[in-house]
Amino acid sequence: MLRVRDLAKRLGDFSMRNVSFDVADGGYFVLLGASGVGKTVLLETIAGLMTPDHGTIHWDDTDLLRAPVQKRRMGLVYQDQALFPHKTVHENIAYGLHGRKRSRGAARERVATLADDVGVTDLLDRFPETLSGGEAQRVALARALATEPRCLLLDEPLSSLDIQARSAMRALLRRIHRNGHTTLHVTHDYEEAVSLATRVGVMENGTIVQIGAPNEVFHHPKSEFVARFIGIRNFFNGRLENRDCPTENRDCPKRATDRERDGTVPVCSDRERDGTVPVFKDGATPVFPLGRFVTDGLAFLIVTDARPGPGCVSLRSEDITVSRTRTDTSARNCFLGTVVDIVPARLGVEVAVDIGVEVAALVTAGSVERLGLRCGQKVWVSFKATAARFFEG
Amino acid sequence: MKTVHRIKGNIEPLGLIFSALGGVVLLFIVAPLAGMALRTSPEELIQTGAQREVLESIWMSLWTSMAATLLFALASIPFAYLLARKTFPGKRLVNAIVDLPIVIPHSAAGIAILGFISRDSLLGRAAQRVGIEFIGGAPGIMLAMAFVSLPFLINAARDGFCAVPERLEKAARNLGASPARVFFTISLPLAWRAILSGLIMMWARGLSEFGAVVVVAYHPMTAAVLIYERFGAFGLKYARPISVILIGVCLLFFVAVRLLARERSHAPR
Repeated sequence: MLRVRDLAKRLGDFSMRNVSFDVADGGYFVLLGASGVGKTVLLETIAGLMTPDHGTIHWDDTDLLRAPVQKRRMGLVYQDQALFPHKTVHENIAYGLHGRKRSRGAARERVATLADDVGVTDLLDRFPETLSGGEAQRVALARALATEPRCLLLDEPLSSLDIQARSAMRALLRRIHRNGHTTLHVTHDYEEAVSLATRVGVMENGTIVQIGAPNEVFHHPKSEFVARFIGIRNFFNGRLENRDCPTENRDCPKRATDRERDGTVPVCSDRERDGTVPVFKDGATPVFPLGRFVTDGLAFLIVTDARPGPGCVSLRSEDITVSRTRTDTSARNCFLGTVVDIVPARLGVEVAVDIGVEVAALVTAGSVERLGLRCGQKVWVSFKATAARFFEG
Repeated sequence: MKTVHRIKGNIEPLGLIFSALGGVVLLFIVAPLAGMALRTSPEELIQTGAQREVLESIWMSLWTSMAATLLFALASIPFAYLLARKTFPGKRLVNAIVDLPIVIPHSAAGIAILGFISRDSLLGRAAQRVGIEFIGGAPGIMLAMAFVSLPFLINAARDGFCAVPERLEKAARNLGASPARVFFTISLPLAWRAILSGLIMMWARGLSEFGAVVVVAYHPMTAAVLIYERFGAFGLKYARPISVILIGVCLLFFVAVRLLARERSHAPR
């Protein structure tokens, strides 16, 4: 197990601090962070190419900081691959085999096996400059694997590849991981994390702000930064009011009913207003504390246990439903709005609807066609109070 | 000419002026050399080339300059690597010291070397004890040549090492290579083109050195000293053929080494 504790490093204007995490044996840990946040510095520090100002790095009981670079056995793969330009693919892969008490024949065999594993057998006599990005990345992986590393350290391994090469490389990384290789992978692309990670960490301003299973981090981001970083499009700044409104009968005042009809405020049942909706468990703790979040031009219901005050709400575009007519669903927030934009996105079509503020809903191309969506059209937008996440501050 | 830029079929005036200026400079370099070669008859060349003194002096120039270059390269190339990769207090001063031989008059450099290796000096006495005679001998010539030409090698090699991405060295270290293996298998081969260029420049500069060499060792004569002696004793006409021969030999070696370098180099692409 790779154990990093309280790692700190200052380099000019950049500083990394309080970085602590574990990568379990055979685990795939993805560290997410924007460019320039210090991910490469972290990998180079673990590999021994940089000395930290503070902190410890252990592999099981071995103190890696006391081990020289060549004894650490951390297989670092750089984003730009760093293949040796004056050596052939074969020589590149074989570089790390030198001095490992292998006969020439055994070394050649090992290179052939590795090349076969990553699919570069046909390229062994080529020089790196003639390789495509995907091919170079495979060679770099094979070169790192040749040293039989304890842990693979991958620095943005997919970022320089085109989409096709990217998916092939992802499959290769998954296969390598299945073979039992412990991996620490740093990236700024959260989709890489979703598709590969067994655990995810998010880095902000040189420190790790959240660690957890991928689902946990993506569905329960701890901060606005994390939420933005993992690709959530809808953000509203505003104020949380009347947190326990159903019990205190404050969330949807009667005078708002006209606006409810307009669709500019969420529709609430009389029972909610009366406070007769059961929200207490054993008559003591609120189970689903509903809050009313007011933003510029809109108010809606959210589930939160935060205190009333200023803050920000995030809403994943895939959690928003668009319909031509008002439908009766469990969604507590339902608004009438106008379609302002329809943009093809990677995983569907993003429909921007103005409901007082602009919200983006991710729908399939088929839905756009079926509903006959076009700009200027009136549609109903609904989302559950549980889909919205509130961040204080 | 390449520097003439055409815009909509017209010749750009600035390009024309620059080309004309370039032509003047080229003419300034080529004309005296061509004039000298043309004024020397083939008979004169053959006659001079057959003289034992001339052949010996050219050979002396060639081998001493080559030996000085190779000998000092052993220390200069690692030193250049250090200058390229490490930061240390006083690095700017060290870089300035490296350039010092370029700016001081070569006769003054010769005087300084002479004092350094004379029989009264520590080095001179020590060398004499092991049978090496600096003054009036090939070792003295080599020292004088190396002194004035070292900056060319060190600067070229340092720039060459600087151009090798440090990341490649880090990748090699990460693959388990020792610092020495990284130097010999990654840094040196990748900087080789620049280093070779520096070696050629150092060798050429040493080969053509007169000022420092003549102070340290008038005898045995190098070609440059012999040309000067012929000129002083017999005049321009007698100095010309040996000059042409020396230039010819230099050009021959220059072209040969460059061609060789082009074939064998695996510089980063």
